[in-house]
Amino acid sequence: MMNRSLTLKILSAVILFGAWEIAGHIPVSFAFPTFLESMGALMRMMGDGTMLDAYAETLRPLAVGIAISAFLGIALGIWVGLSRFFDWLFSPIFIVMQAAPLAALIPLLVLAYGIGLTSKVLVVCIMAMPVIVLNTAGAVRNTPDSIKEMGRSYLATDLDVILKIIIPAASPVIFAGLRLGISAGFIGAILAELKITPTGVGDIITYSRSIADYPSMYAAIFSIILLAVLFLNLLERIEAVLFKGNQRGYASD
Amino acid sequence: MPQTSAAETGTGATEDTAFEIAVSTRNISKNFGEVEALNDLSLEFPLGQLTSLLGPSGCGKTTLLKIIAGLLEPTSGEVEVNGQRVTGPGPDRAFVFQDFALLPWASVIRNVAFGLELRGVARSEREAVAESYIKQVGLAGFENAYPHELSGGMRQRVGLARALAVDAEVLLMDEPFSAVDEQTRRKFQEDLLELVQDQKKTFIFVTHSIEEAVYVSDQVAILLPRPSRVSEIIRPSSFRGKGVDNIRRDPEYLDIVDEIWASLRRYVE
Repeated sequence: MMNRSLTLKILSAVILFGAWEIAGHIPVSFAFPTFLESMGALMRMMGDGTMLDAYAETLRPLAVGIAISAFLGIALGIWVGLSRFFDWLFSPIFIVMQAAPLAALIPLLVLAYGIGLTSKVLVVCIMAMPVIVLNTAGAVRNTPDSIKEMGRSYLATDLDVILKIIIPAASPVIFAGLRLGISAGFIGAILAELKITPTGVGDIITYSRSIADYPSMYAAIFSIILLAVLFLNLLERIEAVLFKGNQRGYASD
Repeated sequence: MPQTSAAETGTGATEDTAFEIAVSTRNISKNFGEVEALNDLSLEFPLGQLTSLLGPSGCGKTTLLKIIAGLLEPTSGEVEVNGQRVTGPGPDRAFVFQDFALLPWASVIRNVAFGLELRGVARSEREAVAESYIKQVGLAGFENAYPHELSGGMRQRVGLARALAVDAEVLLMDEPFSAVDEQTRRKFQEDLLELVQDQKKTFIFVTHSIEEAVYVSDQVAILLPRPSRVSEIIRPSSFRGKGVDNIRRDPEYLDIVDEIWASLRRYVE
């Protein structure tokens, strides 16, 4: 017997891919391949090493950008959440970043930082960081006063309050921000490869489209989505291990 | 008849000085901006006894408790615990919160041991201490449960065990039973009487329930608002030794409850 959640996951995948297959056969567009054709192209590219090379290229700005966004974003967010002054200083920057039409700003980034890794990492960061910072700050600010007061009454130092009360209390919302930020980071990585220089997965997408090899193009898009989903699942697992009691809401519910 | 001492506003001195005093507050005033929460309030808490702070909402009883805890700083005046002036939270006082204030991500045992954890007690040692207090409050078997898996009453038992675990001389309880149901509350009140007898600790207990205050207290301080002051200190004398089952129908108990209501009635709109 499989468990219910796994059954549902497989069922929804079957329905989605079935619809894709049917839509490819109708076809909805000449530029829209069937699911099986796309999977065939995916297998071929994995087999001949194209995919591996592409990901070696794409994962670099993605990994660096996400690592920077996560660490710097959470640290900044905690700081912004704790201090009114830093809230005043930093929050507007991230709100503007989040609202800015990034694709239109990419030429400016290229002008300033060239077409190398720096620009691509920056694109990932601009996509991923604002939501991480703003979520973290909001969660830190909204830590229930009573548990902070409890900490102080039991002789917690300021650092104890931050490490043992504020951060664990904020962690569900911090993780929600991380999930949103990281998925935006994946979008950013591909956007950078489409808009700055075609490398890695972005190159497969651009090149396949130019020679009308649509199965390969969709295979590349599919692979990046799959990677993002797997990564987000991993993040969820990490959260569940780190903060067990958070899974079922608060004691004051 | 109860020994009733109508203290003069401002001094609040008890007529009975035979008790050793564990906590004393002197001329405490506290303003929140324009609002005057406490004005020149003085009160003494005898060692090893339970003193209730009773009054209508807005009389500053929780504010006074938090000042004693060192969580709030008084605008003027001072608090002494065992002759030491209070400048902030200290190891001599432990707090039980109205909303329990448990860490939702931590198991019962970690919550109970949290005070010791903050004091740097080694894990095995603090868990052994926590385990014995978990047993004492009747939660044996729930050491690894999380707060959301417990009922309100059980959560407050965790809060109580946490306060007992740090072995402070003074227990500060801020309406600890107001968020639990009536039947659990009665059980808590009976257990509290036992606790006051067994533990040689000083209890300061904030409540808005007249019956609860009279039931559990060695001394009830009645606070009145606008301006906040101690209007009366009542020491029930006769029914304490008669057993928990007989208190609620003791004539003195009933008289005191009535008397307090008579003096509070006009402050309740």
